[in-house]
Order: sequence, then C-alpha cells, then structure tokens
Amino acid sequence: MDVVGTNERMAAFLRDNHDKVVGRWTDLVAAGVRGRTSREEVRRELEDLYALIVRVLSRADEHAAGELTATLDELSRGRARDGFSPTETAVGVFSLKEAVYELVADSAELAPEFYSLSRMVDDLGLRTFEAYSAAREQIIADQSTAMLELSTPVVQLWDGVIAVPLVGTLDSARTQLVMEKLLDTLVTTGADHAVIDITGVPTVDTEVAQHLLKTVSAARLLGAECTISGIRPQVAQTIVSLGIEFGDIATKASLADALALALRQAGLKVVPL
Amino acid sequence: MERVPILKIGQTLFVSIQIDLQDESVIRLQEDLADELAATGAHGVIIDITAVEIVDSFIGRMLTTIGSISRLFDAETVLVGMRPAVAITLTELGLSLSGVRTALNTEKGLEILNGKS
Repeated sequence: MDVVGTNERMAAFLRDNHDKVVGRWTDLVAAGVRGRTSREEVRRELEDLYALIVRVLSRADEHAAGELTATLDELSRGRARDGFSPTETAVGVFSLKEAVYELVADSAELAPEFYSLSRMVDDLGLRTFEAYSAAREQIIADQSTAMLELSTPVVQLWDGVIAVPLVGTLDSARTQLVMEKLLDTLVTTGADHAVIDITGVPTVDTEVAQHLLKTVSAARLLGAECTISGIRPQVAQTIVSLGIEFGDIATKASLADALALALRQAGLKVVPL
Repeated sequence: MERVPILKIGQTLFVSIQIDLQDESVIRLQEDLADELAATGAHGVIIDITAVEIVDSFIGRMLTTIGSISRLFDAETVLVGMRPAVAITLTELGLSLSGVRTALNTEKGLEILNGKS
C-alpha cells in the first residue's frame, strides 16, 4: 500500500468535502460541550485544526506537524482550564473520525484512506489527553501554592502588635512558612508583640506544639514576645494529657484576651469614651 | 584576624558586628568586652548583629557566654537586629540564648537598658 499516496488522497478528499465534514464535526463537538462554548467558537477552533490536518496529510510543508501539535496543545490546555472533562476534550478530536466515516461509509474504495486518517486522529487524541493532564497538573500545583500563601496571613492588630491566625493542620512545611513570614513581618513593622491564634488548628499534638515552640523562640531571639491564643477546651485537654509544656509562653483563650495582654505590656489601657 | 570595635556611649558599651564572625574574632571580642566592662563600669552592653548573616552553634554559645560575663559586671546584654534567617538557624540548633535579652533594633535595645520597657 502506498502510504504517501493514501494520505494525499485523504487530504484531497477532506479538501473537497471541507464544508460537510467541518459542519458535521462542529455539530458533534458542540453537542458534547453543551453551551459552555458557542457554536461559532467551536467552529473557528475546528476550522484551524482541520486546515492543519489537511496540510499535514498532503505534506505541503514541514512546519504543519509542529503547528498542529502546538494548536492542539493550546486547545487542550484551554479546555482543562475551562473545566471540561478529559472525555469531552478527547471526543472533540475523535469525533472527526465519525464525521468523515459518515461520508466514506458507502464508498469501499476509500477504506485505506480512512484507516490512515483514523490512525492519525488516534495519535492526535492521545496528544490532546497528554496536554490536558499536563495542564490539569499545572493548575493543581498553582492552587496548592496559592493555598499555602493564602493560609498564612500576618495581620496587624495594633501599632506594634501583629497576629497570625492559623487555619488548618500545621506541618513542617507550613510552620516553616509561617515562621519566616512572622519573623519578616516583625522586622519590617518593628512590632514587638506577636499573637499566634490557633483557633483554626483542628488538633494540637506534640509535633504541632514543637513547631509552635520553635516559632515562639525564634521570635524571642528577634526581641519580640509571643502569645498563643485560641486554645479550645478540647485542645487544652489534649495538651495537658500529652504532657506538653508551653513553659513561660503566655497562652490565652481568645484573640481578644491576647490583644488585651499585649496592650497592657505596651503600657496602654483601653478606656470607655 | 579582624577585631570588633567597642564604643562607649554614656553608661553603655556598643558593639556593632560588621564582619563575618570567625571563632577567634568572637573570643577576642569576649576578652575585649570583659576588659572594657572592668575599666568603665558600664551598666549595659548592646550587640548589634544586623549585618551578621551566618551564625553557628559556637558563636551562638559565645553570645550566651558574653551575656553571662557581662552580668558578673552587673551589666545587662541586649542583642539587637537579629535577622529572621539567623533566628531560625539558632532555633533549629536548639539555642535560645537564655540570659541575653533581645530587641528588634538598637533604639528598642537602648529603651530596655534605660528601663523604659
């Protein structure tokens, strides 16, 4: 079988039936995406792909293959970002086979041509899937970075008093981040009192306590005093039964109590107007 | 070996470390400081380590020793301007520098010595 000839005949066939195939292909894809993308948008994307597929098949130029994969990657990444499922993304490519098959089904002499197109579409489908999952992984990585940053805000409560409300489980990586951020803020704001609020920390075990103690002693080395606030009854019981000693670190039930302590130590008093 | 200068301002000795600390320099500083405290009868020592980027366990321990020596001369030691990275290193080394007071900057260090806070 003459492969080059086969591909070129398929290219010629696709060129001749451009409107029919693209129209049917668009219908199939548009039915799959159900209104999340407009029909015109789908058609525009598919026209681009179609033109590139024809160029690759007819071996018109050597850049076509590269352009096709680049366009396909871009399209798949877009689908991944817009929240399409992997099936919906891959079907977008595979349905080209269906669109073409409907036209060649009656003419047996085009079978080898259809077979070679089918293999090409399969490759493109796999390519789509790879690009899709790469894009998804990138999104997940970005999100976990963003979450790590979001989860450790340092807020200023008063002139010279800052607070770190901790939400979620404390592990070594997060403690490190919290510690660095807290110390940096102490230095930049010149605050000499820091409140670490653990209301949002679900459990305090020996490891978490160790992390907290490290943060407090690092802050002390900078010359700032730390208070730990937001200790819930459950947590207090756990701390005592585990035998964790916070030593001379002040602990308070609520952030308000900790702020009151910080103000008192700064020689300030809150009076009614 | 580089020597760290000790400046006397009123009743306070001011030491600003501007070099990468070597073990010998710290030992020399400790000796010089003891001599100076004996000679001047100063009541406070401020050690500014803003420019110090690297500390090891030996230097950490020597800082505590300097604090203990000063206390024998009835002088309080305040370590000022420690960088966050240095604080994290010392904590990881398990050094809490007991006996030495710390402050964010020289101004706050002076306030501590003058009994304002």
